[in-house]
Amino acid sequence: MQSPRSPSSQPYLSASVTDPVKLGNGVQAYISYRVITKTNLPEYQGPEKIVIRRYSDFVWLRDRLLDKYKGVFVPPLPEKSAVEKFRFSAEFIEMRRAALDIFVNRIASHPELQQSEDLRTFLQADEETMERFRFQETGIFNKKPADFMQMFRDVQSKVSDAVLGKEKPVEETTPEYEKLKHYIFELENHLAEAQKHAYRLVKRHRELGQSLLDFGKAVKLLGACEGEPTGKLFSDLGTKSELVSIKLQKEAQQVLMNFEEPLKDYVRYVQSIKATIAERATAFKQHCELAETTKLKEINLDKLMLTRSDKVGEAEIEYREMKAESEEATIRFERIVKRMNEEIVRFQEQKTEEMGVAFHQFAKGQARLANGIADAWRALLPKLEAASSA
Amino acid sequence: MMGSENADVFEETNLNAAKEEMENLVLNGSDVNGDSSNSAYRSAMSTLSNVHDPLSPLPTVLTPADSDPLTAPSSYIEPPSYADVIFSPFDETSDSEINGGEDSSLSPDSLSRSPSSSSSDYIKITVSNPQKEQETSNSIVGGNTYITYQITTRTNLPDFGVSESSVRRRFRDVVTLADRLAESYRGFCIPPRPDKSVVESQVMQKQEFVEQRRVALEKYLRRLSAHPVIRKSDELKVFLQVQGKLPLPMSTDVASRMLDGAVKLPKQLFGEGGASAVPVHEVVQPARGGRDLLRLFKELRQSVSNDWGGSKPAVVEEDKEFLEKKEKMLDLEQQIINSSQQAESLVKAQQDMGETMGELGLAFIKLTKFENEEAVFNSQRTRATDMKNLATAAVKASRFYRELNSQTVKHLDTLHEYLGMMMAVQGAFADRSSALLTVQTLLSELSSLQARAEKLEAASSKVFGGDKSRIRKIEELKEAIKVTEDAKNVAIREYERIKDNNRSEVERLDGERRADFMNMMKGFVVNQVGYAEKISNVWAKAAEETSQYDREKQSS
Repeated sequence: MQSPRSPSSQPYLSASVTDPVKLGNGVQAYISYRVITKTNLPEYQGPEKIVIRRYSDFVWLRDRLLDKYKGVFVPPLPEKSAVEKFRFSAEFIEMRRAALDIFVNRIASHPELQQSEDLRTFLQADEETMERFRFQETGIFNKKPADFMQMFRDVQSKVSDAVLGKEKPVEETTPEYEKLKHYIFELENHLAEAQKHAYRLVKRHRELGQSLLDFGKAVKLLGACEGEPTGKLFSDLGTKSELVSIKLQKEAQQVLMNFEEPLKDYVRYVQSIKATIAERATAFKQHCELAETTKLKEINLDKLMLTRSDKVGEAEIEYREMKAESEEATIRFERIVKRMNEEIVRFQEQKTEEMGVAFHQFAKGQARLANGIADAWRALLPKLEAASSA
Repeated sequence: MMGSENADVFEETNLNAAKEEMENLVLNGSDVNGDSSNSAYRSAMSTLSNVHDPLSPLPTVLTPADSDPLTAPSSYIEPPSYADVIFSPFDETSDSEINGGEDSSLSPDSLSRSPSSSSSDYIKITVSNPQKEQETSNSIVGGNTYITYQITTRTNLPDFGVSESSVRRRFRDVVTLADRLAESYRGFCIPPRPDKSVVESQVMQKQEFVEQRRVALEKYLRRLSAHPVIRKSDELKVFLQVQGKLPLPMSTDVASRMLDGAVKLPKQLFGEGGASAVPVHEVVQPARGGRDLLRLFKELRQSVSNDWGGSKPAVVEEDKEFLEKKEKMLDLEQQIINSSQQAESLVKAQQDMGETMGELGLAFIKLTKFENEEAVFNSQRTRATDMKNLATAAVKASRFYRELNSQTVKHLDTLHEYLGMMMAVQGAFADRSSALLTVQTLLSELSSLQARAEKLEAASSKVFGGDKSRIRKIEELKEAIKVTEDAKNVAIREYERIKDNNRSEVERLDGERRADFMNMMKGFVVNQVGYAEKISNVWAKAAEETSQYDREKQSS
């Protein structure tokens, strides 16, 4: 795709989520973010665009993509609700901003999703338009025509199930797909456990930091009771202890943002895949049932044609409509299967990359922390050695 | 298949398999699937398991002194790495710490930190082998059972005669020893004995309790033997060496002591001056009942004459220096308590860190295994390798945290030790106060006797020819005054003696405490440095192994 403006440059689309600002008051307060889009794609209104968005706008975008791109692992969003007092803390806001930034960028770099019209709306529409779009989602217009059809078909399929004497639900059971489903479900368990321990590790950093702080204060007071040189040594020990405590608190935050959060994100991704698996199951069921119903209609039509009934015309129309629907359902299902196959490859590669980065940062952070701690304590040794050999 | 009852076992075997896997993964740098090179594996395994057990001997490789940068050939002076040093505060006695079956707690050996004592003095006490014994009794049911402990002493101190002795004692004997020492060494900072209190059986298993007590007894006896004066006491010698039943008088109630002692009163009062060398045979008899008797008798009388329900008369302390010192000691004690508490929190936090780090490692081991088993894509295998590197580092770091912690416990235990010593100081001060109280009581008694005598004399002189009964009373009073005068002099000598003991003890203790605290700080810091270096190396390796994911240089 060549841009007419600069024929030699590669097409690119990148977005960033920045500058969180608290708006509104009291219960109505919320955070707004700046979303900056840089692109040379012709569908977009120029090389750079800045809009203001809030969390529910992101939710809107995700819902639209889930609806339109079934089978795609739509990137997950950070959780909506948070403990009230924590909701506006600097760390939480920063973590959310970073997560939203990743969200938008993943969409922008996904071969299918990046072409979405809803994405363009999200990245470019002015605030009033965006608000209108967002409210539409929550209004009575929430139920799309497709949903009514679905409800109708659900009733219908129940009837035909009873008629056909079918009791058990229709399910896809190929060995590869079974393996994938099993993998996804197991993976969630393993990841959840790892994430739990990662979160605890953050707490442990904080707790160790706090205990060193308290210990430092205590030995300083102890030093005040002692004469020299012990008193001064205790005082120095206490000061160092407080210093090390600060390092630990800082690292705790780093571990939270760069290690625990990616693990949480991984878990969310897997949950999103589970939702896609559910969509696929629904699509499969529809495809099967519509195929059955079409067959029935065909049989009925043939019967009517044999008996030269005057209901043939009606029946033929019904049959054709049902056949069209059935073919659509099959296409939908097959598109989901195709997408999922591509997505799973991307997902695995993406996760290896992202987790690799997270591991590397974690290891580096821990090494830096340990080095910093060693340096801090080591500074005390000359004095301690001198004093104890005196 | 797997029923729900088997699920737990399944989980556990899975976990054990994963733990084993963890061992394999940690030791074999390259592969996950266990085809290890045998000899390297075995030697690594044994080293690692030694290092893992906090109670097993630690390799004391380098001491900072060895790697003196000034004597190193290179011109670049690098601070010695403490990664190879496992610091023990009693480096000189580290070999004596490493004994099978001994507790790993801090024990003040006779190798004193003060330069004045000769380093060839040696006394080592071990408490072991608790056994149940039964009291002989006439009743059909049999007597109470109690526990005895084997107490073994090894020493080269000449006072002790034999270089090794072993006796069996029960806790009651220890109480007796402590009481006898308290009497004989008034004014000294005598290490407090272990508590008598018996913990509820619900809280602790009998076995645990016995073990706890054994440890406490050992600590106590070692502290006693570390005290330069008390280690030479007859009471301690008798306790450590005399076979069979402990020939020290048990603490009896005041009343019987009063009765016992009353007969010996004059002899005790006019006995050999102060409390210095007392022949051993007197030690094993109800000694000094007389002195105590007198004091208690007077104090009781005083409190009775004041007020039936009243408290004992307060001692009037006028020595400002002493009061200041006492105040300081109280303050110090408070800060030691506080520091000791914070030290406990610190130890717990370090422990938790190690634990959680280990659990994280284990979770990633499981993930590694899972991804490898289920791998469909190469990206999964790559991720499994990355996870394994992370997990290995986490498990190693976890072990280091736990090792660090067991060392930290040893060092910071000094604070707990000094809590005990602060109690000993309080005891010494209390001895002084009670000796002063005795003096003051006797002084007031003396002056009241004299006042009565004067009154009687004045009254009697008014009666011509004398009043037979009054004259007799005056004679009795004069006799009592003489006795009380002598008692007062003895009491004053005793008080001065105790004051001297106090002073020298507190000074000695201050010096020891300073040295011990400095050692503690040094040990604590050296450990922190050493283990931080080790932990840093572990993570640096993992960072290296994942360096392909380094994005810092590419950030815009």
